[in-house]
Amino acid sequence: MATRRSLLFVLLAVLLAVLFWADLALGSVHIPLGEVVSTLAGQGTDAVHEEILLNLRLPRAITAVLTGAALAVAGLMMQTLFANPLADPYILGVSSGGSLGVAVVVMAASLLPIGTITNGWALIGAATAGALAVLLLVIGVSLRVRNAVSLLIVGMMFGMIAGSVVNVLQNFSNPDAIKLFVMWTFGSLGAVTWEYMRVLAPVVAAGIGLAFVLQKKLDCLLLGEHYARSLGVAVERTRVLIVLATGLLAGGVTAFVGPVAFVGIAVPHIARGLFRTASHRVLLPACVLCGGVLLLVCDLVSQLPAHTLPVNTVSALFGAPVIIWIILKRK
Amino acid sequence: MSTLSTYGLSIGYQTRQGRRVVQADLNLQLRPGELAGLIGPNGSGKSTLMRTLAGLQPPLAGRVEVAGRNLHDLPQREVARLIALVLTDRVEVDNATVRDIVTLGRYPHTRWWGGTSEADRQAVDEAIDRVHLADKSDRPLDELSDGERQRVLIARALAQDTPIILLDEPTAHLDLPNRVETMLLLHRLAQQTHKAILLSTHELDLALQAADRMWLLSADGGMTCGVPEDMVLDGSFGRVFASPNYFFNPANGNFSMNYSLHRRVSMEGEGSRLYWTLRALARAGYEVVTHADTHIRLTATAWLLDDRELPTVEALLEALGEADG
Repeated sequence: MATRRSLLFVLLAVLLAVLFWADLALGSVHIPLGEVVSTLAGQGTDAVHEEILLNLRLPRAITAVLTGAALAVAGLMMQTLFANPLADPYILGVSSGGSLGVAVVVMAASLLPIGTITNGWALIGAATAGALAVLLLVIGVSLRVRNAVSLLIVGMMFGMIAGSVVNVLQNFSNPDAIKLFVMWTFGSLGAVTWEYMRVLAPVVAAGIGLAFVLQKKLDCLLLGEHYARSLGVAVERTRVLIVLATGLLAGGVTAFVGPVAFVGIAVPHIARGLFRTASHRVLLPACVLCGGVLLLVCDLVSQLPAHTLPVNTVSALFGAPVIIWIILKRK
Repeated sequence: MSTLSTYGLSIGYQTRQGRRVVQADLNLQLRPGELAGLIGPNGSGKSTLMRTLAGLQPPLAGRVEVAGRNLHDLPQREVARLIALVLTDRVEVDNATVRDIVTLGRYPHTRWWGGTSEADRQAVDEAIDRVHLADKSDRPLDELSDGERQRVLIARALAQDTPIILLDEPTAHLDLPNRVETMLLLHRLAQQTHKAILLSTHELDLALQAADRMWLLSADGGMTCGVPEDMVLDGSFGRVFASPNYFFNPANGNFSMNYSLHRRVSMEGEGSRLYWTLRALARAGYEVVTHADTHIRLTATAWLLDDRELPTVEALLEALGEADG
């Protein structure tokens, strides 16, 4: 059992490395594998290739791995907290909050004489503020309600309210602003430059770190909140920390990449199916690897057609059949 | 020398309208190596008492002491090393084996990251052994029967290595063989491990056989504790479970129904044939008296109704029905 697990981890790590490399080499401009290595080593010869590789594809590939890992880990925590296999990182309304922030900035600004806002930091700031506002409300509620299901419903209601406000704003906006907003909701891994990476990477690292710290408490929560409490887990405090970690991961990714559907709900199931365990000590690193692999594959697929597809679309199109296959394979 | 004691304990709820006291001034003792059965009608506060003793709910007054310390002043992690619980909550964990679930019981004894030590693994193996699931320790939880799942949760509580185990209705949802087996298992565990075990239950007849002491809560307040046989003989159960529809039968420790008896027969016979014939007659509405117009005599092989010989109870009841028109 232990050897099967180690073997799987090694295989996944190798797969991640190979896909990462492929993501750097492939694209509308083909760069030979050898040149990828030499350029990364700082001995590039072609200035154009160097620019494409170091300032476009490398941050893009890193973003894919960070996004996949962050959403998968956040999804795993939500599924455990709510004891619900359909829970995903956005279930607490974080992405709705983010899109509300972006909608307010993009569309409300278009009503004012200052014109359309296209500045990247403005969109990121707006998405972060929106996600953070919903997150703080949910944490506030989680301190007051005693059971997780109420928290789930409240989170969904916040999401609904945010979604409705977005619709109202769209109703009053001009087509340019609506297009900009819709583009944001498609999600884009290429939007993250090195400048943004300096913020995104630490946020995701902090969220995943917090999840690893909570791994044993998450195991206890599998038995239900009453059993967890009887084992000495401070359930209320743990719940706040889980919501906080999820907020960092889902909120951070949504702010920089846009909402990416599906990964958060699917990858924990893939990890459980592969490793056949419920232990978070195994599932958390498994989710990091599987999430990274899945998003790299999605990114590669999205670049196959001449006109690049939004990653949000590819992830659902490509990943949903995987889930159906896993469910049919079980028994 | 008790493991858990309560002093002037009042249990209940603090609501916006004020305090709702369910039971007041309870002075209880749970001793090591003893299986105690908590029993009482619905609404008498069994669950509230369980939750209060487990430290999950604060008392309205008085205190609960474990090993000489006030339970409700202790941090949660300390409580987890003193009291293990088996609850009625359904445990559904995908991909978890019996061993995985039992291992979670070691949580209060491990650090936040470190895996399980050799001592932890030994405690887990021993717990699985004690509930006779050693041959199924690597089976997934969802392949087990309800009775086996309950034993897994009991093993999890054993692995927590606490001097006290509280079980909330451990035999609910089980069929009769599993109810008997679970009760017998808990009785043995209390003797073998010298843990103090308290279970709440509705199964009066099983609890009377398995429990060393009974804690009897009554719906109108008040609690009686003692060795079960003493409480049968002094009529405690009869008083608490008084009803026009049934009565506590001290002869067999069961509840018996109060049938409306409107016809009379007289009878002679002996042994278990007499006992079961009486039960059938009572259900059919016949009161057995010394002198009646209809007389039934039991032989070793048949029932004699006046002068007719009948082979079964069914035939006897039919013949009686015909005679009454």
